[in-house]
Amino acid sequence: MSHGLDVLARLAFWLVLAPLVPGIINKVKAWVAGRRGPPLFQLYFDLAKLWRKGVVLSTAVSPGHVAGPAIAWVALMSAALLLPLGPAGAILSFRGDALLFVYLLALARFCTAGAALDTGSAFEGMGAAREVSYAILSEAAVITALLTLAVQTGSLSLGAMLAPAAGPGAAVLAAGLFVVLLAENCRVPFDDPNTHLELTMVHEVMVLDHSGPPLAVILHGASVKLLLFATLLVQAALPLGQWPAGPAAGLLVISLLGVAVGVGLVESLLARLAFQRVPLLLTTAFILCLFALLTSWKASTSSEARQGAMNPAECRCSGTRAAHSAALPGESGGKRA
Amino acid sequence: MNASSHFVLLNNGQGLPWADIPEWPAEEFVHTAAAEIERGGRLCAWFGLPEGTALRLVAVVAYDADNALAVGRSQPFAGGYPSLTVSHPQAHLFEREVWEQHGVMPENHPWLKPVRQSAGAAPVNAPCFRVEGGEIHEVAVGPVHAGIIEPGHFRFQCQGETVLHLEIALGYQHRGIEQALAGGPHRATLSQIETVAGDTTIGHATAHATVIEALAGVEAPLRAQWLRAIALELERLANHAGDLGALANDVAFQPTAAACGKIRGDFLNLTALLCGNRFGRGLVRPGGCGWDLEPDRSRQLAERLRAAMAEVGRAADWLWDANSVLARFEGTGVVSAEQAAELGLVGPAARASGLVRDVRFDHPAGWHRFAQMPVAVWPDGDVQGRAQVRRLEIQRSGAFVEEQLDSPVDGPWLTEMPACAPNMLAVALVEGWRGEICHVVLTDDAGRLRRYKVVDPSFHNWTGLALALRGQAISDFPLCNKSFNLSYCGFDL
Repeated sequence: MSHGLDVLARLAFWLVLAPLVPGIINKVKAWVAGRRGPPLFQLYFDLAKLWRKGVVLSTAVSPGHVAGPAIAWVALMSAALLLPLGPAGAILSFRGDALLFVYLLALARFCTAGAALDTGSAFEGMGAAREVSYAILSEAAVITALLTLAVQTGSLSLGAMLAPAAGPGAAVLAAGLFVVLLAENCRVPFDDPNTHLELTMVHEVMVLDHSGPPLAVILHGASVKLLLFATLLVQAALPLGQWPAGPAAGLLVISLLGVAVGVGLVESLLARLAFQRVPLLLTTAFILCLFALLTSWKASTSSEARQGAMNPAECRCSGTRAAHSAALPGESGGKRA
Repeated sequence: MNASSHFVLLNNGQGLPWADIPEWPAEEFVHTAAAEIERGGRLCAWFGLPEGTALRLVAVVAYDADNALAVGRSQPFAGGYPSLTVSHPQAHLFEREVWEQHGVMPENHPWLKPVRQSAGAAPVNAPCFRVEGGEIHEVAVGPVHAGIIEPGHFRFQCQGETVLHLEIALGYQHRGIEQALAGGPHRATLSQIETVAGDTTIGHATAHATVIEALAGVEAPLRAQWLRAIALELERLANHAGDLGALANDVAFQPTAAACGKIRGDFLNLTALLCGNRFGRGLVRPGGCGWDLEPDRSRQLAERLRAAMAEVGRAADWLWDANSVLARFEGTGVVSAEQAAELGLVGPAARASGLVRDVRFDHPAGWHRFAQMPVAVWPDGDVQGRAQVRRLEIQRSGAFVEEQLDSPVDGPWLTEMPACAPNMLAVALVEGWRGEICHVVLTDDAGRLRRYKVVDPSFHNWTGLALALRGQAISDFPLCNKSFNLSYCGFDL
């Protein structure tokens, strides 16, 4: 596949498939409740409808009100393009792109919260305050998770970090990242995407004053973020990067579907947390990621000790990469035998 | 209560000549009313009655423990009177209402402002209580809400996520029902009564029918009273089931929320089976009921009721089996028994705070004189308590209706209504699903309705909601609000 086609295919994955995830979640919820539920493609219809509509702007807002969602969307899409997709790797990959990934997510949040505060509405101020205070804990968990992968692989590039499985702490890490996924995407038990009650919303209340195309951009950005966290979760837990393209793609799709169904089941069977309890659950997610970090750190130091002075520590990084690139033929060779 | 009660006693659903009601000068009347309340009474109604340019005050007090009501009135006066609210906060809204309607000043009333309308019949826009400080922020919600609910304005004084004070300003649905009823009964009277609060059609219509029958000196046939009791419980079942679903929805607990929406419809359809209207319009009328329940429809009703009861029981079990739900319900929006008693709360909100207060039990009238059911009480006063009371009442109402369908009363279901007697006052209390509905009616020299006072349970209970929010997280407001589920139009009249 030529590079241009590859980029187009990636863009299509993120742009076109992302709105499907909320559709799947809603279908699962409807199925559990015994309802028929909205169509699978409801978000696409909503986006098309919003895109055709005009924009109603409050007289109180600055240009940042419209610029915020746009910058947030670009930041989320850029973060998505940094994320590798199985053995195909990422479009853009360089040493330290994991840090850029974290900062892009933070930038998106900053712009959404800023656009909300810009309206001067008491509701949106409350929503922004809640979003940002949750972020303190959930970002800590995400950074710890990435640190775990970095220690595991000795790399700071997402492509290399996510290729192998997260090692001994994979299950714990996946649990932590799943909680973070729920929090970051404002799903139950952190937020209720279906509520119409301004006083209890987090994400929904921040976009109350947006309309038309900017709202469409926000909704699409939110679905990209959901898919992004799901992809991160799946690849952190499974060694997709070390599989051949076909099975890896299949497994990726199945696991993403699994995550969406999981989110739907959580939303169907759990009530929302009270706001005061949210830090507890987010701290739990952080601690889960921290345990994963400790496990992988322990594992890496003990393997270093086993290998002794034969492999100097500074070579581990390139050594892992070499092992990674060598893994593919080894895998297929194993299949042939 | 003891023999020294100064007010004249009467029973629920009974009338007495206007001249028999003792009267006092305004100041003494307030002291007498205060003494009646201190003796264990509870203020059911307090309203003004213009006499030329002067005004009379009339008070209806209920002695729940003694199954008796008491009525007193003041001599006509003008200007002001010492406020009863100072010693008995349950009078605060009544005194504001009288001040708004008739301009007499309750002296030293702590928070005197309009209840429904200001000068131009526009909804309230009076100044709200404010907390000052750098960390304080004010959140204004409504009257236009995000959901499809009635209009009302809520003003929160918050410190971070914590609510220091909530003030509720209503009046956006004021339709002038009491004024429209005066001079009646008209042809539209029954329809107006049925829409005081549309979800309490049976409750208000039963209170109206009872009070008019008392004024006319007749009693509805037993079969009509039996039908009314069944319809009242069906109304309670539908609304309580809907409330459990709405509570589940507010904490995003899907199973019960989804099931109860459907079950509420099942119960409404039972009322429709009874009278052709899901809300019971046209069933209860002065003199009896509009329709009879034939044996085969009765059998069908019992069958469908059993199915719906099984479903609602399951849906409620899901709610109480989910720890994540109980974590939200327990300890949220607590109203203590002392607060509930002081504010004069009624209905499930009072019973959830441990007050044994149920008109069907305390002041039985109509069919409830012959068929009783236990009062559902819960001591905690939180959202869980209010939900629990509803769950218990669903069980008991369901059992009651089944029992009644098994043992019908024969006979006519409608009787001729003579005209109302002149210069009579009658009081009717009905335990609607939200609580005590009070209708007080006075006729004039020609037997027309001179004054028709309606007190919806919401009128007593809105202040309870404001109190429940003290020190709560603002994000718990919708949950607390739903646990009270008060009527805006019933309050606004």
